[in-house]
Amino acid sequence: MNRTTTLASAACIALAAWCAPAGAQTGPIRIGLPVPLTGPYGAEAQDQVRNAELAIREFNDAGGLAGRKAELLVRDDKLNPAEAATRALELIEKDHVDFIVGSLSAATQLAVNNVTRQRKVPYISISQSDAINEAADFSRYTFHESLNPHMTTQAVGRYAFRKGMRIAFLTADYAYGQEMTRGFTRVAKEVGATVVGEIRHPLGATDYSPYLPRLMALRPDVVVFNNFGRDNQISIKQAGEFGLKGRTKFVTPVLTYTSRVAAGARVYDGVVGGSSYYWAIESTTPSARALNDRYRRAYNGAVPSDYGSMAYSAVRSLLQAVKAAGTSDTEKVVDALAALRYDTYKGPQSYRACDHQSMQSVLVIQSKAAPQGSPDIFSVLQVAPASADALRSCAELGFK
Amino acid sequence: MNAHSDALYDVAPPRRTFAHIRTHRVLASVLVLLALPWLIPNQSVATNILIYGLYGVGFNLVFGYMGMLSFGHAAFFGVGAYAAGILIAQAGAPWWVALPAAVLVAGVLALAMGLLAIRTRGIYFAMVTLALAQCVYFLVYQFPLSGGENGLRGVNVAQVHLPGLTVDLLDPTAKYLAFLAVVAVALLAVSRVLASPFGGAVEAIRENEARTRACGFNVEHTKLMAFVLSGALCGLAGALAAIHLSSVAIESLHYETSGLVVMICLLGGMGTFFGPFVGAALFLLIQDVFSLWTEHWQLYAGAIFMFFVLFFPKGVWGTILEKTHGR
Amino acid sequence: MDGITPQLVALQLFTGLALGAVYVLLAVGLSLIFGMLTVVNFAHGAFFMVGAYAGYALYQVVPNFWLCLVLVPLVVAAFGMAVERTLIRPLYGRGIDYPLLLTFGLAYVMVEAVRIAFGKQGLPVDTPELLQGSADILVGEFPLYRLFVIGVTVLVLAGLWLFIEKTSFGLIVRAGARDPQIVRILGIDVARVWLIVFGLGTGVAGLAGFLAAPMQGISPEMGGSVLTVAFVVTVVGGMGSLVGAIVAGVLVGVVESLAVLFVPEAAKVSMFVIMALVLLVRPQGLFGRAGLMN
Repeated sequence: MNRTTTLASAACIALAAWCAPAGAQTGPIRIGLPVPLTGPYGAEAQDQVRNAELAIREFNDAGGLAGRKAELLVRDDKLNPAEAATRALELIEKDHVDFIVGSLSAATQLAVNNVTRQRKVPYISISQSDAINEAADFSRYTFHESLNPHMTTQAVGRYAFRKGMRIAFLTADYAYGQEMTRGFTRVAKEVGATVVGEIRHPLGATDYSPYLPRLMALRPDVVVFNNFGRDNQISIKQAGEFGLKGRTKFVTPVLTYTSRVAAGARVYDGVVGGSSYYWAIESTTPSARALNDRYRRAYNGAVPSDYGSMAYSAVRSLLQAVKAAGTSDTEKVVDALAALRYDTYKGPQSYRACDHQSMQSVLVIQSKAAPQGSPDIFSVLQVAPASADALRSCAELGFK
Repeated sequence: MNAHSDALYDVAPPRRTFAHIRTHRVLASVLVLLALPWLIPNQSVATNILIYGLYGVGFNLVFGYMGMLSFGHAAFFGVGAYAAGILIAQAGAPWWVALPAAVLVAGVLALAMGLLAIRTRGIYFAMVTLALAQCVYFLVYQFPLSGGENGLRGVNVAQVHLPGLTVDLLDPTAKYLAFLAVVAVALLAVSRVLASPFGGAVEAIRENEARTRACGFNVEHTKLMAFVLSGALCGLAGALAAIHLSSVAIESLHYETSGLVVMICLLGGMGTFFGPFVGAALFLLIQDVFSLWTEHWQLYAGAIFMFFVLFFPKGVWGTILEKTHGR
Repeated sequence: MDGITPQLVALQLFTGLALGAVYVLLAVGLSLIFGMLTVVNFAHGAFFMVGAYAGYALYQVVPNFWLCLVLVPLVVAAFGMAVERTLIRPLYGRGIDYPLLLTFGLAYVMVEAVRIAFGKQGLPVDTPELLQGSADILVGEFPLYRLFVIGVTVLVLAGLWLFIEKTSFGLIVRAGARDPQIVRILGIDVARVWLIVFGLGTGVAGLAGFLAAPMQGISPEMGGSVLTVAFVVTVVGGMGSLVGAIVAGVLVGVVESLAVLFVPEAAKVSMFVIMALVLLVRPQGLFGRAGLMN
């Protein structure tokens, strides 16, 4: 039995080596996009697909890379890391993609990254997470386009906290929540505010009544909701119903367009949060206007969301690097990407050398009332400019 | 649970070819699996079929052959994955240490869970196993080395060194064949067990527990042994999954993974030897094919599953076996 | 641990009661269905979710919360009865696993159908105006709507108790749970009884979903997490026992609320620990009948 399979393996390996294709320099430039089309973040993922397709079309309409067009391969990772890894393997082995952009949750991006860096495929992550910047998960081929909790908490915390304020956290007990709490605690210490307590809740909780009385007993001036998506919507709603909103300011690190639309104006009224992008910055940022106009033309007057536009930026900057390198060869593109200065949709961005984190601006926004269907749902309070100071130091991340 | 297995109830005179296949079921299974990568779209799905098929074979011991529905088998699959993963990623252990370790750890966990759960029956057994598995999920989640919600990364086994041969696991076909070798060994072990007097006792318990006890068999002991063996096999499947994806997700311990293997065994055919692989192939392919075509694949997957429950209760392979044996 | 006053504990206890109310409604339905039909309804969470969405849809047509409160359980019960007749009835006599597996698949179909019809994002639901705001319950401020939910649950339980203990149909339900064979021999149309009981169980689940909607909003996935809790509560109480479902529901709700105060990391797993402990000591649950599952 074993001898047969051993011989068979040897034969197959020899055959495979003989037939191995050289790095394809002709044919379309393939970009894989594994995103959670099914599951609770389906809406965000759909917008990511729309935005990515926009970037691809833009590149192809401008002639591509000396005639070579780009091609997007969209896959559903079902918000499951094992599924995401399988899709990544499939994209690399069967579809022979040149690059991968994607994933929305921290766990899925780490799973995809693990597969791509082993096989030397460039991967641009469009998911908030601190972990992918750390030395253990980093590789030459790993790039992080989206914000990380540290940047977000620095921007939002510096806006919302003042010396002497009492800060309380309602934290979802997983990596996202814990990273946000860590970031906000740091800012509080720096400005002289006091953290009076942290209440943790399990990811996916639907009833916050066990946690809210305890939170109220801490008598905070600011309550920070360190959770995301449905958790964020439900906890803010219930906190309002428990009477918390009158006495405290509600702050959340990431205030997404889709959450605000899903939960409605009354629930989110007055809540302050951070964001990577809001369409209204087009009044001051030309590249935002360019993206918005393209998106409006292509999708019936709608505007791109925060998570969606990140996908646009990742794909567009990647293709920019391909053009700059003049080839789709992996090593050359990686070098070009690492050195790239780009302004795809919200102002100047570039990758920091040690951890390939895209340095970019962070918006501080506040929810406001708006007529049903109108996209004018936030006001921009502040724009924290792109800077390496907003990131953790390379040494802190484990780099020598 | 009245699914008849082909081993015990062979009343009608068997046709020669099927008799051959049955006596050489391990070889037949391996031959079919050998052809798999060329029959289906891509290798990573084929490897997943191997892994989940093995997971199903392990679960089948308890569910199909012994008639006990467990909703906690994800604990063994996940613990096997984490054991192998932590040894490889954090301790730099080679695969030939990690795989047996995974089997051992999963087996010990199965012993512990089995000792607690064996006293219950039917739906309560299912619920106790569910509860215990959720406790394991919670413990592993908190365990510092597991990576918590982010999962365990860095389970990188790039090459397998055997005397006289190096297998490059980055090559999908080579990886598949290497995994097939491991699965073949496991199948051989399972086949031997099922053909032994112990296997006979297991099936006797499913048919009539009281009578088996009256015949002098130690029923509790047999149940526990089957449970431990089942857990060990599932642990092996988990370890292979960890190496295949180079990472372990915390979802591997969640009850959804327990539910998955139940579905696989039902689709394929409970109490049949090759059924779990058929079920795994069916389930994964339905999922993949449909999700390429529509984002609403769960609607079709669920409907197909209901169709099977209503009209093919013995699963695909089970129904095929039944028809060809002229019963 | 500063800040933990007796007042806070009392408030948490009350919170646990409100939490438990929804659990109890779900567990009662599950227990009824299991006790009478020996069907493990894995789609129970999906019926909960359908109740919430049915309420939302109905409200667009009939903008009266109180009317919807009455109509939603009826609509969901009708749907449940259709399911029982077409999908579950063919499986009787085949063994307990088959309806379990069928409802498992049915849950997927129901969730996806709702996603297709109402979108995958979830919809906001406002608390009815009369019930907004909070009341002072001596130990602190407590949302009025949650008091309302506790009240409705008590009423529904009282109604169910009256129905099962004091009506002839209820007598049949009790007899059928004990020994379906005898009931059939006595000439009673068991199939019709099962149909109605399934409708009753799913109708109560739908009501629970409708009640839960203003507290947490509605989403297609809302049935999944609540199903696990419902099972734990049903099993801890003892499958087939209504008293058990009530006691266990309150127990789980209160323990979870208090765990948040004292052992927050373990709050999520606390109910599984309870379940494991209870089943190991008393394998049939707190109030279940031994041998019901042979």
